[in-house]
Amino acid sequence: MSALVKSSLARKWVMALSGLFLVIFLTQHFVINITSVIAPDTFNEWSHFMGYNPLVQFVAQPILIGGLIIHFIMGIVLDFQNRKARPIKYAKFSGNSNSSWVSRNMIITGLVVLAFLGLHMYDFWVHEMTVKYINVQPEDATRYLPELKEKFVNPVRVGIYVVSFILLAMHLWHGFNSSFQSMGAKAVNQGDRLRKATYAWSVLIPAGFIFIALYHYFTHS
Amino acid sequence: MSVLDSKVPKGPLAEKWVNHKNHINLVNPVNKRNIDVIVVGTGLAGGSAAATLAELGYNVKTFCYNDSPRRAHSIAAQGGINAAKNYQGDGDSNYRLFYDTIKGGDYRSREANVHRLAEVSSNIIDQCVAQGVPFAREYGGLLDNRSFGGVLVSRTFYAAGQTGQQLLLGAYSALNRQINRGKVTPFNRHEMLDLVKVDGKARGIIARNLVTGEIERHGAHAVVIASGGYGNVFFLSTNAMGSNVMAAWRTHRRGAYFANPCYTQIHPTCIPVSGEHQSKLTLMSESLRNDGRIWVPKNLEDAKAIREGKLKGVNLKEEDRDYYLERRYPAFGNLVPRDVASRAAKERCDAGYGVNKTGNAVYLDFEASFLRYGKIEALTHGQKDASKEEMIALGKKVIEKKYGNLFDMYRNIADENPYEVPMKIFPAVHYTMGGLWVDYNLQTSIPGCFAAGEANFSDHGANRLGASALMQGLADGYFVLPYTIGDYLADEIGTGAISTETAEFDQAEKDTRARIEKLMNGAGTHSVDYYHKKLGLIMWNKCGMSRNATDLQAAMDEIAELRADFWKNVKVPGTADTKNQELEKAGRVADFLELGELFAKDALERNESCGGHFREEYQTADGEALRDDVNYAYVSAWEYNENPRDAKLHKEELVFENVELKTRSYK
Amino acid sequence: MKLTLKIWRQAGPEAKGKMVTYPLDGIDGDMSFLEMMDILNENLINQGEVPVEFDHDCREGICGSCNMMINGQPHGPQKLTTTCQLHMRKFNDGDTITIEPWRAAAFPVIKDLIVDRSSFDRIQQAGAYVSVNTSGNTQDANSIPIKKADADEAFHSATCIGCGACVAACKNASAMLFTSAKVSQYALLPQGEIEATDRVMNMVRQMDIEGFGNCTNTGACMIECPKGIKLENIARMNREYLKAETLG
Repeated sequence: MSALVKSSLARKWVMALSGLFLVIFLTQHFVINITSVIAPDTFNEWSHFMGYNPLVQFVAQPILIGGLIIHFIMGIVLDFQNRKARPIKYAKFSGNSNSSWVSRNMIITGLVVLAFLGLHMYDFWVHEMTVKYINVQPEDATRYLPELKEKFVNPVRVGIYVVSFILLAMHLWHGFNSSFQSMGAKAVNQGDRLRKATYAWSVLIPAGFIFIALYHYFTHS
Repeated sequence: MSVLDSKVPKGPLAEKWVNHKNHINLVNPVNKRNIDVIVVGTGLAGGSAAATLAELGYNVKTFCYNDSPRRAHSIAAQGGINAAKNYQGDGDSNYRLFYDTIKGGDYRSREANVHRLAEVSSNIIDQCVAQGVPFAREYGGLLDNRSFGGVLVSRTFYAAGQTGQQLLLGAYSALNRQINRGKVTPFNRHEMLDLVKVDGKARGIIARNLVTGEIERHGAHAVVIASGGYGNVFFLSTNAMGSNVMAAWRTHRRGAYFANPCYTQIHPTCIPVSGEHQSKLTLMSESLRNDGRIWVPKNLEDAKAIREGKLKGVNLKEEDRDYYLERRYPAFGNLVPRDVASRAAKERCDAGYGVNKTGNAVYLDFEASFLRYGKIEALTHGQKDASKEEMIALGKKVIEKKYGNLFDMYRNIADENPYEVPMKIFPAVHYTMGGLWVDYNLQTSIPGCFAAGEANFSDHGANRLGASALMQGLADGYFVLPYTIGDYLADEIGTGAISTETAEFDQAEKDTRARIEKLMNGAGTHSVDYYHKKLGLIMWNKCGMSRNATDLQAAMDEIAELRADFWKNVKVPGTADTKNQELEKAGRVADFLELGELFAKDALERNESCGGHFREEYQTADGEALRDDVNYAYVSAWEYNENPRDAKLHKEELVFENVELKTRSYK
Repeated sequence: MKLTLKIWRQAGPEAKGKMVTYPLDGIDGDMSFLEMMDILNENLINQGEVPVEFDHDCREGICGSCNMMINGQPHGPQKLTTTCQLHMRKFNDGDTITIEPWRAAAFPVIKDLIVDRSSFDRIQQAGAYVSVNTSGNTQDANSIPIKKADADEAFHSATCIGCGACVAACKNASAMLFTSAKVSQYALLPQGEIEATDRVMNMVRQMDIEGFGNCTNTGACMIECPKGIKLENIARMNREYLKAETLG
């Protein structure tokens, strides 16, 4: 672990790798969720698999949580160090003239997303844990879609979801592309195809999640 | 017999240096560890010398007034560095580089020194490439060359328009390596205020820590002065704001002779002065003259109309333009040496043909090159019937690749687009060939005190060719001084560490403190800059591009008067025990006020015209410089006197055994 | 042109500083920013005040000495320009101009607008060189052919003037652009390859020791760099670092 954080460059690598891992997870999460719109049976089937497959539950899930924790702890640590690197602030600083707001405020978008994750975990993960391990309810491969739809009845919750995904998009807009820069991908030095691709992904995936949330909100009966 | 012994070795010219190196004393590696050397100045000469001395095993302390050695003004050299590599196969050789340099210097330099410079020039390029200096290359991966003023071969190596920075960073990297090894201790933001002599030998310096104001003593077995030139005696020059003569002048005061102070190079391609507020002048590489044509209007009325803004130069018809360099010097045209080009510009402007508001500017025009390059581009890219406009557009791109940064710089400063209208240029003080007198070993007339680079007088005679300053700085620092200093230090191996707790150091520190005290306690009427600007005006008007006895005499009187006033009335705010830039400036200007008078005296004493020194009384019927080899083929080395007009002249006769002294002709 | 200047004044490294307002008249568009400062200082001296200290030397945009945060931007509003090459024609009559020193823990203030940038020197001392001694018989320069594209790229990285604008612009006061430009120059040349591993490790270590912040890829450094040093250098350094860490 010490090798991971011993230099500023190593810390960048950790941020980039954990971020990219979360990007992959997000993609997979989206693929499953979109089935709730286009193929409800598949959604139930896949959700059940994810919920009861031991490999997913006892290997993938801890890794995911670990990656998430590393990403946000490291993010907070880095931000703390970065603040220390400039103890006296400028009286006037025009950051917008040389960089985007999102790139300078990853900590803000990141913390909002983290707060959202809290809600999200409460909504689904805590619920799952309760169902499976506290109430020990029997397996039911058809419960997932109704449970999902039920969450998107409340307009306030839907609103929070929408706002959070917009902030996630902002976080990704800078973070996804940035991770390649941090890892020194040669593609960074070869034109801006990679950058455009990451921007497209950063908008489309969160937009997709927003679409799913709104779809269920407007289609609930 | 003169008191000056040049110590030029015997033997045939081409073998002198090798023979000399074979016979001088060496210091064994174990003893080197016990020997300390101080290097003042960390530009090309000082930086390279310090690094090399440390590699050899000496303990080195470096001093520079900047916050980092990398900022020395060598960094500003744009065009390139000469070396007799003959990569272009155009007939270059050590002899040709030697000959061009001797001739370019108007036969006022030492043959043996110049030949040594030519001999080591190739090593410099090898060394720099090995260090990772990114010189310009051709598509085949080999090094590219360009041509420069005053020569007929392409021997100039370059790194776009910032060769000086790249070479300096190379020397700085070598220096950093030694700092990292603990062999060099850098004292940045330090200024040398005095040289300390013990038993007639240089044994250390007094320096001021520019951050804390502390006065420090540093002892060493030898001191190297590599503090650059004194062009700022003119106030306006292309030198950095901080460039100064203090280290060299303090050494002079302690007994080192100052040679040829009047040899000043006025560079022809600088951006003209825009107004009273001007703090410094900006040079544009001489390489621009490869492709630019210099002209003024043929008719006085046109020139007047242009000055008044009624006419634009760009609209003037071809037949109404006077390409005066091409007219006067058909063989070299726009590529005549710097002194010739500068004087010709002044001649035209004095005659009323100047083209900016002040009347002190000529045009540097790229239109012909746009077309010439554009035509080649069009043909090589299959556009066989391109129009003139298309060709010009293509040509502009070629020029942009070659000089883009210079064009941008010009546009930024002058607020005019040089791709559309011709540039305006005017000569400006750029380099000083004079400096501390040194023998063949680069030792000054004080034993143990050496001088390298622009700070010494050595290799350029009365005029320096383009791309030779970088060559000389690095030659001195990498390849000459590290050997020759050993010859002196070989006798110092038994000396032991130099103590700074001696009467000599006490006295030097006392003198330094008294001087600072005096500067801080002026009556307080005028700022330092007030005096500096006044001095600059006297120098420019009376000791500038052309000089005469009446003006020079007047200049000496005026400078003496100004100096007296300065010491009485200068106002230095703040205190001496903190960072105080006004105090720093005051110390430097005080020395310039002495140097200026010696400068005028030297110019007055030299009754001939040679290189950068043009005396109006000594010219041919068509206005060319008239040298007097019978009476003035010597180096003027001045012994210090606190009244510079009473300084004592020592002459080192220049002996020419290998070149025939000819009238320098570029026609 | 009439201006109002708000300038950071600090008597010494330990002193407490503050912003001080100075009105200034008679400024001409052809003056450089530093010539404007010269006039202010001349006025201050004549009024018996202590002038504003600032680093400057060549005034040609190449030595990297000058360093002013002008209205919240390093070297002011004009891109690819150092403070000394910024001209007053970029400002308007009546403007208020805020002038501050670079702010970074690794660049402590010495006096007024002067900061200590020796941390940059130390980063370079840690490895920004090729270990070759000066001898009279190094191999011939043309025996190391280098692809023009690589030579040009190395040159571009080497054009950094070490002014510190990248650090000043970065919200994290990170020195990645500076360090990576040096690492890149040598990484792109065959002469630098042999020591590449040690170089990147040592330079990054020193950079961290100096207390610069971490890079978060905002790109502000490249935009504010007066020499246009590219962000790709940082990617290259990250790559070199990984190579060094994994392959040793």
